[in-house]
Amino acid sequence: MKKTGAQILCESLIREGVEVMFGFPGGAVLPLYDTFPQYPKIKHILVRHEQAAAHAADGYARATGKAGVCLATSGPGATNLVTGIANAYLDSSPMVAITGQVARPFIGKDAFQEIDITGITLPITKHNYLVLDAGDIATVVKEAFYIAQTGRPGPVLIDIPKDVFQQEATFSYPEKVNLPGYKLTLFGHPAQIKRAAEVINAAERPIIIAGRGVIISKAFAELKEMAERAQIPVITTLLGIGCFPETHVLSFGWLGMHGMAYANKAVHHSDVIIAIGMRFDDRATGVVSHFAPQARVVHIDIDPAEIGKNVRVDVPIVGDVKNVLGVLNQQIVPREHLDWFNRVDKWREEHPALVIRESEALLPQYVIRQIYEATKGDAIVVTGVGQNQMWAAQFFFYDKPNSFISSGGLGTMGFELPGAMGAKVGRPDETVWCIAGDGGFQMTIQELATIVQENIAVKIAIINNGFLGMVRQWQQLFYERRYVHTPLSGPDFTKIAEAYGIPALRVTDKKFVVSAIEKAMGHEGPFLIDFVVEPEENVFPIVPPGAALVEALEMPSPEKVTRSSK
Amino acid sequence: MATTKHILVALVEDKPGVLNRVSSLFRRRNFNIESIAVGHTEQPDVSRMTIIVEGDDAKVEQVRKQLDKVIDVVKIVDITNDEPVARELSLVKVKATASTRSEIIQIVDIFRANIVDVSSDSLIVEVTGDEDKVGSLLELLRGFGIREIVRTGRIALTRGGVGPLQIEEPKEAKVPKPPPKVTPSEAESPPDW
Repeated sequence: MKKTGAQILCESLIREGVEVMFGFPGGAVLPLYDTFPQYPKIKHILVRHEQAAAHAADGYARATGKAGVCLATSGPGATNLVTGIANAYLDSSPMVAITGQVARPFIGKDAFQEIDITGITLPITKHNYLVLDAGDIATVVKEAFYIAQTGRPGPVLIDIPKDVFQQEATFSYPEKVNLPGYKLTLFGHPAQIKRAAEVINAAERPIIIAGRGVIISKAFAELKEMAERAQIPVITTLLGIGCFPETHVLSFGWLGMHGMAYANKAVHHSDVIIAIGMRFDDRATGVVSHFAPQARVVHIDIDPAEIGKNVRVDVPIVGDVKNVLGVLNQQIVPREHLDWFNRVDKWREEHPALVIRESEALLPQYVIRQIYEATKGDAIVVTGVGQNQMWAAQFFFYDKPNSFISSGGLGTMGFELPGAMGAKVGRPDETVWCIAGDGGFQMTIQELATIVQENIAVKIAIINNGFLGMVRQWQQLFYERRYVHTPLSGPDFTKIAEAYGIPALRVTDKKFVVSAIEKAMGHEGPFLIDFVVEPEENVFPIVPPGAALVEALEMPSPEKVTRSSK
Repeated sequence: MATTKHILVALVEDKPGVLNRVSSLFRRRNFNIESIAVGHTEQPDVSRMTIIVEGDDAKVEQVRKQLDKVIDVVKIVDITNDEPVARELSLVKVKATASTRSEIIQIVDIFRANIVDVSSDSLIVEVTGDEDKVGSLLELLRGFGIREIVRTGRIALTRGGVGPLQIEEPKEAKVPKPPPKVTPSEAESPPDW
């Protein structure tokens, strides 16, 4: 049966199970938008800026594990997606981005709203396509979803000229993909797994560093099994938060620049590191030459190019984490590492990172902890980037699988609100808290309108310190307190929220934190709280740039610090 | 680690933009391509790239792995240590007068190169060989005055029957065996999100 390119695209998306997409119309995608009323199965959410469409698709993808879909017109619509695509690329988030392109006869003529978006996104997509015939659309969509969602997930962009949307072609959806250059290694090599087991069984001071790969692979049970079997302390990466219950006795927080001092110490003194679905990012390792000097490294990752990229690896295993751990666990001898466990546990006592200092002031850490208490941890937390992100990662305890969503690799301020929007659309029955800074929030603040129009019930907590806080902290610690262009005079966020039609509260006093959070939770729709917090509070610990993990600076004057309720 | 010249050979799908995907990856990973030669192969829809890069083993291996991830790259192998047969072709336009012409022809003969064009004041010499041979000939010809040089960059084949680059016949039944079930009881499994 003959259909137009636009119809073929919609038919193909339905066959890929797409239920929702985030987009913004324009000239080159008009024929596609004109087709949408024929396909009510696919819900389209109109964002206010294309960057938010990409972030929302990313948030949706991280929350559900399915590819998020975003849609934009040619030229500026397409370029506005770029930050969101890069964000998804660096954090291995499955996404299919669809862009309109000028009609075929105009390609290469610098036509109105023409831009080479496949060229621009070449280094930030797993793959991309310029479709020059409507007859190719079905195959391309099939391949795009397959590539985006398998192996190490990532974004795929499909660029379709306006006249290809209008062109008629025969529609039949392919059953299989034919990609001779796309190789997946899903099962670890048995000999390598055996070697890994030998190394792990001989370890005296082993640790597990678990990353986002565990979440992507849904290997929660397998990770827990390994940790418990040989009593191995589990440390996660920032993006690995939510892959292992943080209240578990073997959980030792997360490592890296703002990781817990005891986690960093444990990594440094370990003799075997079992790195699972993580990529030894520089924010996680500190200066690489001083990273875990005594450790033999077993590295399990689905992407062969990650093996040995940043850190030398003794036993590499390429494969899907869930499959590899399933086989490896059988070869792990049950045992206890009591001395080692006690040593690490003592560091936890000596370096209590998760404490809130005594203060009458409204501290950001206290706000996060109260959100944790109010939700009992039963929420998805989506953060911005900077201090708010680190506090959200430190002072909330993530026990639920995949409950922490944050921009890690790219560190994109402005991800929080559209990301939370996408997460809530993907998991509508769960509570979604958007933890924002007053800086990043203003980068995508326009999405409050989308939230109202679609009644997406995200709860927004602005950690408002009147600064670009993390940059200010660096200026304080490493640039002799020269606060160059970091003080912000923000707007009245409650008035802004109300103007968009969102109820809001401002909290300036510690006393009202709990009641405000309860009010937000009790309200059915979206709700915003502007927490005006201590302006110059810092994130500790911090590993200074160029330092080793064990050289972290901890919060000054520890005598004033007491262990918190947790 | 010592840097050496590596010969990477890639079989790629013959599609528009593939050369761009490969070359831009080198740029992005901060890697210099010394030469790159592209052409058709014995298989339709497959092109072959011979890429010469200089770097230490670890860095070249990282680039090879990154290139392997490019969807349009079907296969990529570092054949440096396989003692491949490597050649490049060069065309050289040399100034030639009545008095120097015969001397140039003599040199060309010694190198088993060819004169492929003759004009009143110049010759075009075609030479094929490994880099050293081409380099030595160019050095000798330099004294006569070189007007233009073009070099293809190296191309290479491994010796013997089946090279590492042979694409296997598509096999249907190459599904790896699933691992034995080892998961703990269902109750312990986290909720499927």
